[in-house]
Amino acid sequence: MKQAISFKLNGKQVTVAINGEESLLTVLREYLDETGTKYSCGLGQCGACTVILNNQTAQSCVTYVDDFKNAEIITIEGLSNNNKLHPIQEAFVAYDALQCGFCTPGMIMNAYGLLLKNPNPSREEIISEMEGNLCRCGSYNRIINAIASASEKMFK
Amino acid sequence: MEADKINQLYFSDVNQPIRYDRRRFLKQLGRGIIVIFSLSELSLLQGWSQPTNAQDQEIDFNAYLRVKEDGRVDCYTGKIEMGQGIITSLAQALAEELEVSLDQVDMVMGDTKLCPYDAGTWGSLTTRFADPVIRAAAAEAREILIEIASEKLAEPIENLEAVNGSVYVKGDVSRNIDYAALTKGKKIVRSLTKKPEIKKAEDFKIVGKSFISTDAVAKVTGSAKYAADIKLPGMVYASVVRPRIFGSKKIAVDTTALHNFSGAELIEDGDLVAVIHSEPEVASKAAQSIKITWEAPESKADTETIFKYFENTITENSVFEEGGNLESGKQNSEKILQADYHDGYKAHASIETHCATCYFENDKLTIWASTQTPFGTQKELADTFKMPMENVHVKQIFLGGGFGGKIYNLQAVEAAKIAKISGKPVQLVWTRREEFMYDRFRPASLVKVTSGIDTNGKLNLWKFDIYCAGTRGTKLFYNAPNNLTRHFNKSDAHPFGTGAWRAPGNNTTTFARESHIDATAHAIGQNPLEFRLNNLKDENMIATLKLAADTFGYNSPKKEGHGYGIALGEDAGTFVAIIAEVKVDKSTGEVHPVKIVCAQDMGQVVNPHGATVQTEGGITMGLGYALYEEIEFDGGLVKTRTFSNYPFTTFSKTPKITCVFMDKMNSKPQGGGEPAIICVGGAIANAVFDACGARVNRMPITPQRILAAMPL
Repeated sequence: MKQAISFKLNGKQVTVAINGEESLLTVLREYLDETGTKYSCGLGQCGACTVILNNQTAQSCVTYVDDFKNAEIITIEGLSNNNKLHPIQEAFVAYDALQCGFCTPGMIMNAYGLLLKNPNPSREEIISEMEGNLCRCGSYNRIINAIASASEKMFK
Repeated sequence: MEADKINQLYFSDVNQPIRYDRRRFLKQLGRGIIVIFSLSELSLLQGWSQPTNAQDQEIDFNAYLRVKEDGRVDCYTGKIEMGQGIITSLAQALAEELEVSLDQVDMVMGDTKLCPYDAGTWGSLTTRFADPVIRAAAAEAREILIEIASEKLAEPIENLEAVNGSVYVKGDVSRNIDYAALTKGKKIVRSLTKKPEIKKAEDFKIVGKSFISTDAVAKVTGSAKYAADIKLPGMVYASVVRPRIFGSKKIAVDTTALHNFSGAELIEDGDLVAVIHSEPEVASKAAQSIKITWEAPESKADTETIFKYFENTITENSVFEEGGNLESGKQNSEKILQADYHDGYKAHASIETHCATCYFENDKLTIWASTQTPFGTQKELADTFKMPMENVHVKQIFLGGGFGGKIYNLQAVEAAKIAKISGKPVQLVWTRREEFMYDRFRPASLVKVTSGIDTNGKLNLWKFDIYCAGTRGTKLFYNAPNNLTRHFNKSDAHPFGTGAWRAPGNNTTTFARESHIDATAHAIGQNPLEFRLNNLKDENMIATLKLAADTFGYNSPKKEGHGYGIALGEDAGTFVAIIAEVKVDKSTGEVHPVKIVCAQDMGQVVNPHGATVQTEGGITMGLGYALYEEIEFDGGLVKTRTFSNYPFTTFSKTPKITCVFMDKMNSKPQGGGEPAIICVGGAIANAVFDACGARVNRMPITPQRILAAMPL
């Protein structure tokens, strides 16, 4: 039996019919066609599907209906404002902190969550908060520098 | 090109020319000024290519550029972008000669309908062959534009110059005409026939300058499209039922539980059994409800016994390089050192798994697939369905990493079969578990090495027997007058699929050679840097090593528990010298990479920033195979199926990385995507030895292996 559930996605109220077993990642990508959030491991082991759920980072591939109904969710699509990039996105471009780009939305959302709770992280704090996000192309050092620079721009 | 053929070439780094008649392209092209050319070893341009076996004088091509009626420039190539940055560097080379800005160039890549045939994106070939050719083609287009301007402005050609998208009368900027006006209503097609002339480095405006990737904005906003981001009306999700053991044959299928899943549809075609459903989770659960009886092949070897298995079962070999006489080399050596080096199976572990989205319309198939070989995929699909090539359209898409793993396209064939049988648009996204089974791993391998040194500390003997790793990059750049390099291989030696993995076996053979060179230096009490400088024969390699040593500060004092390690290698025409600093915890065997310096002689560097990003990426990825990555298995039973038991480099494991390039801006560009990664294993192994005295001859160099090899 399908149930209609609602949540706020990138500032807009959405209602979607689900059977109740779907992950948030499936709801976003397959039901709402918001494909910026990526599938990679399906087990919460890589961070590619990271979104912001009620101001906290969440791995959407292992987040289920009880946690996301009526929640406030921000995905990579909700970060830029009227085509103006968010400072974290700007910093990722400026540092070219990406290669294939597939882990990038998850990286940026995790960085967004990190800066929400800690606007001025040290290099060590950035590393420890980002550690669960995997990048096979090897852009880690650039990502650290991008986040540090975004933090500087946003909060100093 | 077919995957198996690429595989063979990839491991040996021999570029075999192939020819394709693509004249149909000329017919279907729209208006504009078009120059066709080749971006690879297909090029017939003397001096910039391998010789081809073309039977006639027809110019073959795999790329073309078009100055459009609005003055913008399209560059069409069958190459694909997977993070290696050619979407930027190819556009740079074109913009340089055509006198346009980088943002006026649109790259159209890897679309089998829009782009001319290309063998595939692999082997660090793109930049090696593209730069001079693409610039020559752009120069040709510029000349055509100036010819047209000469008529329109009634000025002789020699009085005209092209600057920033317009042709000007020299000395009178008020008289000019832009490319859009020159191109309007015209269709001029030329093939590039001139030998490209290399502009002098001091004349470059765009080449040799650093540019941020032109696709970065699409990638940070989530708007860049990958194969699984395509959503089609009425599309269903497919989930394939897999055996536990690779190579199993289907005996019986029990689908009695399938009726519990309303709307689930069974697809069966030979050993392919799948379920489709409009909701991916239901498709996946329904597929799990199907019970298949499989007949599994017997296990012949496991993670530990595979090396002995190779040695015992593979006798067939071929000589790759030979010089002098091994016997006299032995007799004249003061010291002889023999050792075996081992390397386990490695997964590509791209963050994007293999995926495909496709549909049939009448007899035509349209597919978005995560593939490094769009044209190879097109042919494979055409062969599968016995349909003409032009009925298969592989569309342009970004790839979420490839590293050689997406040369092979089983997922595209599976998705298309399911679409054909069901008559519905289908999306197939391999799960991470499937990816860890059907990835074609970098093969495990064994290298048996013997070295001999004379009384002057000179290498006198070098015997290098490679099992299963190929010969790519193994041509000796050390002086060893009595030498023999052989390759032992057998196509069915591996219990599951194997294939190309970012500079394939060169990772393994470079680890073996550089570990052994290091051990040989220590055996005669010589500093590994001095020993290498005394024994290298290639001047470019010597210069590259010196650059690395100077940049690193090799003679600077070491902290307690730290070690320095050197490794040298050659790949895709590029010379690499890496020096690593690690810290080893002697009680736990834990290795902490502290600093890595990489010097490269890669010829002309088109985008220094892009080349740095690639080199850093290769080194970061390389730390994974050196220290952490290994597929555990027993025959076809792959035990490593998730990221949690296949650890690779993470944020906290990434050291400070410095990349320096030899200044060779006036020479031909060489490979950049792969070379640096080959030296990581050897440099880490040698640094670990320097730090704690443990010589670990098997990758990954794990804490347990370090503790076991630690001197008492």
